[in-house]
Amino acid sequence: MSAFWHWFVVIITLGFIAAMVWLFIATGRARVPSQTDEEGKETTGHVWDEDLTELNNPMPRWWLWLFYGTVIWSLIYLALYPGLGNFAGITGWTSEGQYIEEMEQATAEFDARFGELVDQPLEELARNAEALRLGRNIFAHNCSTCHGSDARGSRGYPNLTNNHWSWGGQPEQVLTSIYEGREGIMPGFADALNDQEVTRTAVFVQQLAGMQVDQTMAAAGRRHYDMLCAACHGPDGEGNPDLGSPDLTAGVFSYGSSIDAIRHTIRHGRHGVMPAQRDLLGEARSRLVAAYVLSLNETNSHADE
Amino acid sequence: MLHEKIEKNTALMAVLIVLAISFGGLVQIVPLMFKGAIVEPADGVEPYSAIRLAGRDVYIAEGCYNCHSQQIRPFRSETERYGHYSVAGESVYDHPFQWGSKRTGPDLARVGGIYSDDWHYLHMIDPRAVVPESNMPAYPWLEHRYVDPQAIERRMRALRRLGHPYTDEQIENAAEEVAGVTELEALIAYMQGLGTEWTGQRPGAPTGGE
Repeated sequence: MSAFWHWFVVIITLGFIAAMVWLFIATGRARVPSQTDEEGKETTGHVWDEDLTELNNPMPRWWLWLFYGTVIWSLIYLALYPGLGNFAGITGWTSEGQYIEEMEQATAEFDARFGELVDQPLEELARNAEALRLGRNIFAHNCSTCHGSDARGSRGYPNLTNNHWSWGGQPEQVLTSIYEGREGIMPGFADALNDQEVTRTAVFVQQLAGMQVDQTMAAAGRRHYDMLCAACHGPDGEGNPDLGSPDLTAGVFSYGSSIDAIRHTIRHGRHGVMPAQRDLLGEARSRLVAAYVLSLNETNSHADE
Repeated sequence: MLHEKIEKNTALMAVLIVLAISFGGLVQIVPLMFKGAIVEPADGVEPYSAIRLAGRDVYIAEGCYNCHSQQIRPFRSETERYGHYSVAGESVYDHPFQWGSKRTGPDLARVGGIYSDDWHYLHMIDPRAVVPESNMPAYPWLEHRYVDPQAIERRMRALRRLGHPYTDEQIENAAEEVAGVTELEALIAYMQGLGTEWTGQRPGAPTGGE
């Protein structure tokens, strides 16, 4: 704030307070020319509606002291906190300072309780009940909007509990997905394939996933698959975690396994985006949530055994 | 008597009352109008592009502000959930600002980039499709309505008069930029930019292990 506006604020604020005090003292001292009504009480001399008059009683003392109390309180406040232009106040309080203090305190508390915990390898973290409780919470707050509160995903958002990973299921790969986000782009082939060809390719994809399909159509679709799809999804449909292209033999379809859904995918492509979380969550929380996600799959694999 | 004069002259009394109650505004509001950090854009903050401006109009027309605020306050309980607190310089190109005071839904000041475009698309057409617990109304009609390209050009000219530094080129290209764009696409473009532009120093990072 420039010197002008500083003094603008200071003078008006203090001047206003001083003027209010003066007003109360001055009006309290000023004597109205004594006038009395029929009962002998002092009045202000105003008369309304022919015979209504106004008693000239002093302010109640308690009210007056309450007023002076507020004046004193405001001066103490202006001395302690920023209020007078550039004067920062004796306490040096700022909302930003309070916020930073709050954050530092929380960070210190977090580090004291969980600092060593989160430095453990993710595999161990994924077996630590306390870490998982935290991870579950972080997941619910940040991830469930897309992946669902049970982590089973929804249309277009992968199920995180089924041991299938488009981008790899190694702990470091999962952590990278969380830190950096992922962007999976499958181009559309509407220009390259006509309707019949799209359908045949879709049927072949269903066959890859182990579904019962028309063998002739699947065989016809294989030709298109080899030409257009195998580059990313692999010659046998095993996928490629480096590209995020899913394993088509797993029977896991984020966008649906119906013939119509697969046809739509082939025609128009898909564009799956997982936003980067490192700056939002910080590394410690990202690790905790990675451990939680991994644990969901470990449980599953134990159940399978 | 002065007392009597004031009391019996309503015009004089009105003037004096206005004078008395204007002191608060004089001290609290007027100096801020001349304070750089309040009226200058924060580092990296640019006027809305044509498509985002169109999206902002959709946001206002649909009454999104009734349930969503766009102002993150400097408390840990807010920044842990929404991201860094908002600063005044992020709102200089908002006429009117969308800070809001009611949060039936979450704050949106930094919603940009948190979800994918596709997520927003599904979510606006049917919020329950992606968030089963959501109580947000669906806005399926936005998908079928188109932005009026000429209106955007006029709006940008009006905003330039208010001091938004649009170039002639930006205004000339505006109509072309939003031609054929649905209201839903414009709205998503607007939301995906919210809170992402500011490049300034951000005190207080996320907690834990940095």
